[in-house]
Amino acid sequence: MAECHPVGFQWVMEAKNRGATVIHVDPRFTRTSAMASSYVPIRSGTDIAFLGGIVNYILAGGLDFREYVVAYTNAATIVNDDFVDAEDVDGLFSGYEPDRHAYAPTTWQYAGQPEISAGGADTDSQRATAGPLRHESHGAPISAGVHRDETLQHPRCVYQILKRHFARYTPEMVERVCGVPRAAFQEVCEAWTRNSGRERTTALAYSVGWTQHTVGVQYIRTAAIIQLLLGNIGRPGGGILALRGHASIQGSTDVPTLFNLLPGYLPMPHHAQHPTFDEWVDGMRHPDQKGFWSNARGYATSLLKAYWGAAATADNDYRYDYLPRMTGDHGTYQTTLNMIDGKVKGYFLLGQNPAVGSAHGRAQRLGMANLDWLVVRDFFLTESATFWKDGPEVATGEMTPDRCRTEVFFLPAASHVEKEGTFTQTQRLLQWREKAVEPPGDSRSELWFFYHLGRLVRQKLAGSDRARDRAVLDLTWDYPVRGAQDEPSAEAVLKEINGYHVDTGQPLSSYTEARDDGSTAVGCWIYTGVYAGGVNQAARRKPGSEQSWVAPEWGWAWPLNRRILYNRASADPQGRPWSERKAYVRWDEQRGAWTGPDVPDFEPTKHPTYQAPDGATGPAALAGDDAFIMQADGKAWLYVPTGLVDGPLPTHYEPAESPVRNPLYGQQANPARRAYRRPDNRLNPSPPDPHSDVFPYVFVIGRLTEHHTAGGMSRTVRYLAELQPEMFVEVSPELAAERGLHHLGWAHLVTLRSAIEARVMVTERIRPLRVDGRPLHQIWLPYHWGGQGLTRGDSANDLFGIVLDPNVLIQENKVGTCDIRPGRRPTGPALRDYVAEYQRRAGMTTGTDRKD
Amino acid sequence: MDGTTSLSGPLDPAPDAGYPDPPPRMGFFTDTSVCIGCKACEVACKEWNEVPATGLDLLGTSFDNTGALTANSWRHVAFVEQRRPDFRWLMMSDVCKHCTHAACLDVCPTGALFRTEFGTVVIQEDICNGCGYCIPACPYGVVDQREGDGRAWKCTLCYDRVGVGKTPACAQACPTESIQFGPLDELRERAERRIERLHSDGVPEARLYGHDPGDGVGGDGAFFLLLDEPEVYGLPPDPVVTTRDLPRMWRRAGLAALTVVAAVAAAFAGCSSPGRRS
Repeated sequence: MAECHPVGFQWVMEAKNRGATVIHVDPRFTRTSAMASSYVPIRSGTDIAFLGGIVNYILAGGLDFREYVVAYTNAATIVNDDFVDAEDVDGLFSGYEPDRHAYAPTTWQYAGQPEISAGGADTDSQRATAGPLRHESHGAPISAGVHRDETLQHPRCVYQILKRHFARYTPEMVERVCGVPRAAFQEVCEAWTRNSGRERTTALAYSVGWTQHTVGVQYIRTAAIIQLLLGNIGRPGGGILALRGHASIQGSTDVPTLFNLLPGYLPMPHHAQHPTFDEWVDGMRHPDQKGFWSNARGYATSLLKAYWGAAATADNDYRYDYLPRMTGDHGTYQTTLNMIDGKVKGYFLLGQNPAVGSAHGRAQRLGMANLDWLVVRDFFLTESATFWKDGPEVATGEMTPDRCRTEVFFLPAASHVEKEGTFTQTQRLLQWREKAVEPPGDSRSELWFFYHLGRLVRQKLAGSDRARDRAVLDLTWDYPVRGAQDEPSAEAVLKEINGYHVDTGQPLSSYTEARDDGSTAVGCWIYTGVYAGGVNQAARRKPGSEQSWVAPEWGWAWPLNRRILYNRASADPQGRPWSERKAYVRWDEQRGAWTGPDVPDFEPTKHPTYQAPDGATGPAALAGDDAFIMQADGKAWLYVPTGLVDGPLPTHYEPAESPVRNPLYGQQANPARRAYRRPDNRLNPSPPDPHSDVFPYVFVIGRLTEHHTAGGMSRTVRYLAELQPEMFVEVSPELAAERGLHHLGWAHLVTLRSAIEARVMVTERIRPLRVDGRPLHQIWLPYHWGGQGLTRGDSANDLFGIVLDPNVLIQENKVGTCDIRPGRRPTGPALRDYVAEYQRRAGMTTGTDRKD
Repeated sequence: MDGTTSLSGPLDPAPDAGYPDPPPRMGFFTDTSVCIGCKACEVACKEWNEVPATGLDLLGTSFDNTGALTANSWRHVAFVEQRRPDFRWLMMSDVCKHCTHAACLDVCPTGALFRTEFGTVVIQEDICNGCGYCIPACPYGVVDQREGDGRAWKCTLCYDRVGVGKTPACAQACPTESIQFGPLDELRERAERRIERLHSDGVPEARLYGHDPGDGVGGDGAFFLLLDEPEVYGLPPDPVVTTRDLPRMWRRAGLAALTVVAAVAAAFAGCSSPGRRS
């Protein structure tokens, strides 16, 4: 965190100054480790084993916050008796279909549920379209009626299943799998549990490197299980916070830049599953489910009204037919492969530099070299704008500048200080940003670019009588512009995102006002309230000293300015704070309402003892202690009966590339991982497959404080470039001795994709681990370098192949295997020959990864 | 104050320099125990003061690619990797010490170096003639001549910012308050409390450096909390203002000169060979 979020890290230092224990678990000793109370080295890719060990420590010792767990989680819920745990099938859950590399999740359901729930209806298309991603703001739909055993004794209740599932994740197993000494592991377990309960809470902050694994979603699920068992969700000082890789990454999923989501986590319709408006809406919610997602029809209708205004009416299903449809996997990596295969004509890159920043850089560049046109909007000419004339494939002879068919348009972009708008950070807090200076020269904001692009496209289509053009021509595209450059008003966009009454134009103040009759238009329902009262609430800047400690008048948090989600859980089932020290939201019997320094995340006057009448659905079905109001059963999910494609419980699998045989199961890697098995995407062999010894080392990539992601904003800036002026690789003294590497000398790393070179940094910050009884070397590389900018070097991402988490299609590029050798890599065509030789040694003549 | 103490020993430098009613002496307290090595201080300094880039040299000294305080680096973050026996990684943002007795200032023949009303030491770039006398005079090796320019450059403690009530750029940018700016008296008190706290928290190796007005430079305007011996960070253990002994040296030199004159005179007096007379 000190490396990548130094400004946020000041609060960790502040907490430490107040007596907090800071524990840092990381494959290498970083600037964070330097400040931590204790540092725990770990083998990259083994976090589920590590966290699972903590789950086991909690459950075996009966250290869970039992009252919280029974009341607010699904621990008591009974699971279908056909469910078979991965513990019993050597690492596979029931329902695995080897030929599809996928699960039929029917048996994972709660007992008494209908045969299949909507969320799990078609796993093939779920997998292709990263269906689980839309559950970011809520659980998958299920029917309301579930069986519970609040004594937690039933052998098929979630609590007992969980206990059995993690029973083998002992300190000895953690040491064997992760290379973490038992004493260090014990210290983490004790610190975490000691700091949780009625009187204390623990926050877990992770950085997005956690997501970049073939089991990334399950990493975070394991963390959620721990935080729920210890009662650390919905309470002050608790929670799970994702430290994003850039400003407003939270915002870019809320109002998404993802192929499978519409604003507010509404799913992008699928052509086969959602042919009609009703089927689309029913895909979001179960007809008789509990909770606020039962209003999905109102959110969906209002979004279509925001898009198509007067053209969207009840008679035409609010122009649902205008919405694009997914036909399969349109994710960034599938798209890259489609480019290579000639299936993509044009591509926009907006502040993204896949030639350096995405896994399998060679595939990225070969793909982009096979387009009709490419638009790059950035501050500088990045590698993704120049690959065709001086990229690595030009050097190897695979690309010839005068024959590269792609026409590249480079358009300079305005930086964040040169435009206005909001940032949404990890707490869901929107903060308005003023424009400080005019962008220089031809630089323009994204808003300017897309508004005027849309305007010009509509101009060109004007008068068209083709049906396919109607969706564009009928769009509401009427943002006011101002200034010499006709800059659209970002506040007008924010107002549309907030939503308004169609007849009066008055802003809505709550998403509960969204209607399914076309009377409201809402750009992103979860943001409703950010423009309440016609005021830009995100621009509020009341100092903390002039308001309560929760500071509700600084910026605006979704939903409804709530600073802590699910804060009903900060009170006990009767509505009393768990402790005065951790008091937050409580039931005020006299006023007959929930009260506290934050906006209660509950129906304001619903009594804690309220029980829903039979047959109730939606919010009315939520009982007075159903704290997790967006979940279909009102409970937080320790066990996920539907909505994930790789299992209802986290299970340790080895990374797709690992030198270690999975010590826990016969199943080596995530059986449902998304692999693209083709010759230009070979993965290094792992045990038990032969030739895994060709790539004996684990490599990990990451960031340096001095540079930003793919380097386009830092290698181009002299004051930053000089602070880390050259691509390097960190190795331990032991590995340096083993491979003959010399400090400040050259080394090159090889995988089945490519070979890259770097200067050697021999440092004790990297230390060998003992894994499964044998020494294991890890290597660390920054991924900031590429062929452009003031400092240039090989790209670490060129080493990776493409293999993804199946739930959300995020690449595994935080861990891989490689060889490392002294000296520089071959240049020119010899580089490909060199890699081919490794492919031959690895037995890859037709090449794919494991079939398991 | 007599002429001897103004070159060594405790002193409030601004009144000594002739400011009749100066503001409090301002300085830096750099607490290395909370430095996260982000180098924001280095960048903020260069941005504000328009200091040239230093070039792209991978030094291999941990994450330090700046190397030293130079004409083109007025803040320098040192990174020290230690095994003792547990591994430890020390970080420390170094800067000009703005000595109470600043030899650089004493030796400057042009008046380019001057003592500000805040008690800090600043080089005026439009007066400096590049003679370089200040460079060997500095006991910390801070002052440096810029290549291709010839003039001497160093931290100004953001004289332009401080003059309008602003915090120096490095302290402003520091995310963890490792670099603290303020009246030196307050900083010294704060530092004493911090040391006590660290000692009671089981960090006995914490110590202050440059805080003592009785030291060889009369105390630094920019002082530090260190977690190891100064040498570990590349700091001199017992710096002495290089001009401290000048009066004594001049007295000696004067005596020596007199002696020489006397000896020469005696020699001439004793030489009576007529053949030597022209």
